[in-house]
Amino acid sequence: MRVALQITCVNDAMFPDTGKAVVRLLRRLGVDVDFPGAQTCCGQPMVNTGYLDEAVPVVRAFVDAFAGYDAIVTPSGSCAGSARHQHSIVAERSGDPALVAAVAETAPRTYELTEFLVDVLGVTDVGAYFPHRVTYHPTCHSLRMLGVGDRPRRLLEAVRGIELVELPNATECCGFGGTFALKNADTSIAMGADKARHVRDTGAEVLVAGDNSCLMHIGGMLSRQRAGVRVMHLAEILAATEGAA
Amino acid sequence: MSGTFVGMPAFPTAAREALADTQQRRNLAHATRTIRDKRAAVVAEVEDWEGLRLAGAAVKEAALRDLATHLETLEESLTRAGAIVHWARDAEEACAIVAQVARDHGVDEVVKVKSMATGEIGLNEALEAEGIAAWETDLAELIVQLGDDLPSHILVPAIHRNRAEIREIFRRRMGDVGRPAPEALTDDPGVLAGAAREHLREKFLRAKVAVSGANFAVADTGTLVVVESEGNGRMCLTLPEVLVSVVGIEKVVATWSDLDAMLRLLPRSSTGERMNPYTSTWSGVTPGDGPQEVHVVLLDNGRTRALADDVGRQALRCIRCSACLNVCPVYERVGGHAYGSVYPGPIGAILNPLLHGVSDEQTASLPYASSLCGACFEVCPVRIDIPSVLVDQRAAVVDSHRGDRVPRSGSHWQEAVAMKAAAWTFSDSRRLRWAERASGLAGRVIGRFSRTTLPGGRAAAGRLPGPAAGWTGARDLPAPPPESFREWWDRTDGGRS
Repeated sequence: MRVALQITCVNDAMFPDTGKAVVRLLRRLGVDVDFPGAQTCCGQPMVNTGYLDEAVPVVRAFVDAFAGYDAIVTPSGSCAGSARHQHSIVAERSGDPALVAAVAETAPRTYELTEFLVDVLGVTDVGAYFPHRVTYHPTCHSLRMLGVGDRPRRLLEAVRGIELVELPNATECCGFGGTFALKNADTSIAMGADKARHVRDTGAEVLVAGDNSCLMHIGGMLSRQRAGVRVMHLAEILAATEGAA
Repeated sequence: MSGTFVGMPAFPTAAREALADTQQRRNLAHATRTIRDKRAAVVAEVEDWEGLRLAGAAVKEAALRDLATHLETLEESLTRAGAIVHWARDAEEACAIVAQVARDHGVDEVVKVKSMATGEIGLNEALEAEGIAAWETDLAELIVQLGDDLPSHILVPAIHRNRAEIREIFRRRMGDVGRPAPEALTDDPGVLAGAAREHLREKFLRAKVAVSGANFAVADTGTLVVVESEGNGRMCLTLPEVLVSVVGIEKVVATWSDLDAMLRLLPRSSTGERMNPYTSTWSGVTPGDGPQEVHVVLLDNGRTRALADDVGRQALRCIRCSACLNVCPVYERVGGHAYGSVYPGPIGAILNPLLHGVSDEQTASLPYASSLCGACFEVCPVRIDIPSVLVDQRAAVVDSHRGDRVPRSGSHWQEAVAMKAAAWTFSDSRRLRWAERASGLAGRVIGRFSRTTLPGGRAAAGRLPGPAAGWTGARDLPAPPPESFREWWDRTDGGRS
């Protein structure tokens, strides 16, 4: 099986440690993951702001970079959702039948990390060790666009040493929403303030989620409040092992 | 006329003001949570809720697919049953028809059943201009009307008010328009409802003409259906001599049996009840029983515009249950007024632009009034994929300005430039590599001067000026790392060396 890592533009430029963690984790599980260097972004920032024409060359770059892979794994529910549910819209808009056909190939092969681990590799215990008090925020797109369900939770529950605590109102949006965070900053912050409050109420030292963009928002608020909670991508916890954690 | 409240600012501005209303924030948080929990409990009782949703969506979809035929059938059935059918292209025509009926009967007042369509067309204001008072008889609509307020929710338009505020409105205003509130009025919900009942009773008994909407219009039997909780609707639909119903053309369903799924979906989704207390159905005129003159105004007002939209037409399936409002994290915090329309919340954010287009800035701001979290789609009883329609309407907004010689505003110009720059950068990985090198340098600079450390030890930017202020006003921003992932991969052969 040829497996490619779709790092996502946000992780590539801002959170490279998440990508390194995915590589470490997948290698430990026997998957020799590839990083096609021609990849850029999934196009979601343009699509969700209404700039569909601008998204066409970006989606083209995506399908070119990932053509021929059996699985495209991404540590982002949002980007997986974009590839699976929005690329076809962009391709239709382009009027290019070749792009439509290429998207039909890549879209169903794109997996969010926990889907790949649980559904394709069939593992929930990835041999991780993380002796900290952790609470998990299920991001909206992983939950409602992809339907990852309890996969992340099952993976976390199998981590040794972890103390997993329930996040109140967990399934409510954190208020990030891509360009929403800027275009409607006040509302975004009001939502984030409530999410940050719920996180603090758990007494956790680490907030974990499967999307660094949401974590950048919640974590940015927690940091501003000097709340004493750090945010981590799920991949980094799953990659952690005894001695390394 | 536009479909939105005149003079409303665009959503971000209206939302900013609403977010500062602490009383409203508390009222909304409490009310939406209560109704959300009730809905979740009664939906969980249904064995195959998803099957029921699919059935409901199919009923509405079938009706919309062949709308012209069903409307003609409805007109025939209604006419056969003794009703007088009118067609209204827009709000102005619909209001004129209702006013004419009132004038024909020489009345200066009508009683009203809660109706979204009449709110949409601004009927009360239009009648007032003709010297005809329109009395709202639904408790929440009465509160809004007496308070010179605007509705902020589809189902519970006074959701932004608490009982202390309602008591104050009743005490201050009831006496101006009829029977005053009793001296001993408290803020006990039962006492407040009792005062409203006394106040409304004289209006019910006096009125010659009633105005309603309809939740459904059954084509094959010519039956209109009103679903309600308080019984005020039943009073309006049975006591007066004349009844005028303003019905959006998307309310049509083909057959009586189509009501089966709809009447099971609606109460559970809206009030969180297994069955609503009052369901009134009437087919034209029944001699000696109820109104003896029945008018039905079939209203377009942008619906055929929405119907022509391939992605957006699913919004016409909406049965106005409000489940999407109650579950929406944006609505819960800003309330309904910020949307500037009788249709607020997620459904309003797509319905208003679909009905009226996106040429004015207020309506054009609505598709962006969402974080695209998808909670609305999850609860919609007729499976309207609201997030997808929101994105499609955002594209409609952007497309409508592609030919502009002069940018709409500075921030829109910035956005368009940023999106084009991002598209250019993301079209070729070599360009992205350069951009990441630049951001890595910026990260080093921020790292050197930053006095903010993220939990875990990473340097961050605190408050930044310019467009970044929108982010950093309340959120620290991690400094970009000196090395991007792809640079690391290349340098270390993917961590192997």
